[in-house]
Amino acid sequence: MSTLTTHPAAEPTGVRALAKRLSLHLDTLPTAAAVVIFIGMIIYGEAAYGRIVQFNTLSNLLINNAHLIILAVGLTFVILTGGIDLSVGAVIAFSSVAGVMLINAGWNPWLAMALMVLIGTAFGTVSGILIQHFHVQPFIATLAMMFLGRGLASILSTVPERLADESPLRSLGTQIEIYDGPKVDDIVITPGVIIAAIVVAAAFFVLHRTRTGRTVYAIGGSEQSAALMGLPVAATKMWVYIISGTLAGLAAVVYTARLGSAQNITGIGWELDAIAATVIGGTLLTGGAGFVLGSVVGALVLGLMNVLITRDGGIPPEATTIITGGILLVFVLLQRAVLARRRE
Amino acid sequence: MSESLPIVEMAGISISFPGVKALDEVGLRLFPGEVHTLMGENGAGKSTLIKALTGVYKIDEGEIRIAGEPRRLGGTADAQSAGISTVYQEVNLCTNLTIGENVMLGHEVRGAAGINWRATHRAAGQTLKKLGLGHLNPKQALSTLPLAVQQLVAISRSMVAQCKVLILDEPTSSLDANEVEQLFTVIRSLRDQGVAILFVSHFLDQVYAISDRLTVLRNGRFEGEYRISDIDRAQLISKMIGKDIAALKSLDAKDSRRVRPDAEPLYSAKGIGRKGAIDATDIELHRGEVVGLAGLLGSGRTELARLIYGADRPDTGEVTLNGEQTEITTPAKALARRIAFSSENRRDEGIIRDLSVRENLVLAVQARRGWARPLPRREQDAIVEKYVSALGVRPADPERPIRLLSGGNQQKVLLGRWLATEPELLILDEPTRGIDVGAKAEIQEYVSVLADEGLSVLFISSEIEEVVRQSDRIIVLKDHRKIAELEGGQGVSADSIVTVIAEDGLGDASADAAVREEVTT
Repeated sequence: MSTLTTHPAAEPTGVRALAKRLSLHLDTLPTAAAVVIFIGMIIYGEAAYGRIVQFNTLSNLLINNAHLIILAVGLTFVILTGGIDLSVGAVIAFSSVAGVMLINAGWNPWLAMALMVLIGTAFGTVSGILIQHFHVQPFIATLAMMFLGRGLASILSTVPERLADESPLRSLGTQIEIYDGPKVDDIVITPGVIIAAIVVAAAFFVLHRTRTGRTVYAIGGSEQSAALMGLPVAATKMWVYIISGTLAGLAAVVYTARLGSAQNITGIGWELDAIAATVIGGTLLTGGAGFVLGSVVGALVLGLMNVLITRDGGIPPEATTIITGGILLVFVLLQRAVLARRRE
Repeated sequence: MSESLPIVEMAGISISFPGVKALDEVGLRLFPGEVHTLMGENGAGKSTLIKALTGVYKIDEGEIRIAGEPRRLGGTADAQSAGISTVYQEVNLCTNLTIGENVMLGHEVRGAAGINWRATHRAAGQTLKKLGLGHLNPKQALSTLPLAVQQLVAISRSMVAQCKVLILDEPTSSLDANEVEQLFTVIRSLRDQGVAILFVSHFLDQVYAISDRLTVLRNGRFEGEYRISDIDRAQLISKMIGKDIAALKSLDAKDSRRVRPDAEPLYSAKGIGRKGAIDATDIELHRGEVVGLAGLLGSGRTELARLIYGADRPDTGEVTLNGEQTEITTPAKALARRIAFSSENRRDEGIIRDLSVRENLVLAVQARRGWARPLPRREQDAIVEKYVSALGVRPADPERPIRLLSGGNQQKVLLGRWLATEPELLILDEPTRGIDVGAKAEIQEYVSVLADEGLSVLFISSEIEEVVRQSDRIIVLKDHRKIAELEGGQGVSADSIVTVIAEDGLGDASADAAVREEVTT
């Protein structure tokens, strides 16, 4: 007990202060590592290929990965509770195909967009009910929802459904120039990027500034303890799957707006990309530790990796998944090390 | 302590589970500013009563009044809003969060921009300070604290919830003496602040050190409410086990004792122990001898048996088997060295419900052979025939699923399962619990026969009379340590064992008091 006095007489400065902060908050270590790797990749890319630290490259990175960021935010909620949601990729397929077909059939485009989001909400709600009230393993429940979503999308259509260029849905993908740099080096964003930024900010607020958010972390630490502390465990677990599903629906809107078409095979494996982004960003798969901003960095690491591979030209695209897997492995090993430290 | 109005009054509480009446018209009163202990043996209904008070179980009959108002409690959150907080045996906090977050979870200070962390941590710090934990940094990770301090943090947490009633369900079972003293200091300060504390512990010394009043339950019934000064240890134990002192005295010990051979022991352990389970203990077991383990529940009986069998790994100690030094660290090693252990938990660790009597019987033999060498049906039938008739399993139908048999007959099958491995040492943990009188007598008799045939038996039972009747030698355990070893004979009775347990406590209590003086000065 005598070793517990942690108030130092004088605040240590500089590196030592940072080291002390890190040792006090070991949870932040994987997220810090993700940031370091992201910066390292930018520096390497700039040195090896050039034209990386440029407004248009970084703008495109955000525009092309806005949907992945939204998905990763949703999965952060789920994974923080110690759960998993495998259905998000299939939800995007069903939601986008349904949305585009309805708009082409003459529905009000805004109504169709709302429906696209609500389709995600519905999938999340069913997953949550299966998990919370029928005690199905999250892996199995969301796997079932994944097959359901993929199947429904294929029933609707098996060919690409194109969206008319003047459709309001496409307006969410219009590029807005914020800063006019030399030649094409502009800062450009799309409404999709703005939506992703709002989602990230809202998720950060919910997780760190509301009791619901703290309950998410508590459930991930120990579900039984959280229940015995009188926290609303059942409701919160429902909420995380509803949030994940809804954000998958929103990601479908953002992605379809950018691409202008939808197909039943869209989003295959995206749930795994989103999980990878979350894990790379420092969220423990066992739950209870992680940050939504880390997941954003994780999504950007994955996106930047694709950019670098394209720029290199020498790396076959087939190798992309191997590199992703390698990065993921490094991060999981890092997390094991952190967990081992924590158990001491 | 003034005789004011009770803050909690439970009256005529009955709760039934399928086939069992867990509580039968039980009452409990808690007054502000008192420490009230709930006493009773395992299965007496203590935890059911607590769960009724915390809203986990619905009550079938009866009434709960809190501060005079009748209340219906639908869950933990309900109970908390009524001012009832619980700290459990296992620390129920989230080790992934900081101390402050744990203290304030669900009660964070909120401002316009959501949770105000600065104010929240300040509030946590103030709450910790009230309990003498002011030196803790609320921003530090909970996992850096020792278990005992985590327990205190859990209590701080209940203070945030403005609790008027604090339930401590065996909070001391994993704490050492100093940590218990620290906990008691906190409990006393809460009591002085007017909180009603309901304390559950199996440690008699602690009960006498901290309580003002106690309620005794037995077999789901209310046995009585006493001031701690009005009841001594022997009386309390006899209330708990339900035999009055006179009845305990009248039980005669068995006359004919097997003579212990002077040969070297079959099994001998020196200083065998495991942290949190049982202190270092010496034990010798001879061939042809029944050794009983006596002690109240939680005294370390099962823990000792599990160490001998290797179900838990001993931290310390040396084991000699048949004169050779050996290490028994897994059940497989124990089986290979011909030690068998029949668990007290017949339902979960004993029978496989949906397998037949035959399959259950041959299970241990098969396990020893390994899955690659199935036991031929002919040998199976031979084993089954031998033990079904020797033990009198009824009905004598080996193909019947074991779940359809009565508890007593299930226990006979389990006994047969271990005997079929031809052990030299048989450990029986509560072999007669919850079975009918006839089957009980049969099993007791068979155990004696086995010892006469040269088997070494370690016999564990909550019923002290049964241990006395059955054993040639009795090892008395208390508070996770061996306090006495008694040769069976005319001089030993259930009463003398109760006296040993009670008097050991008295000696200890004064020693504890001396230690406490040192701590406080």
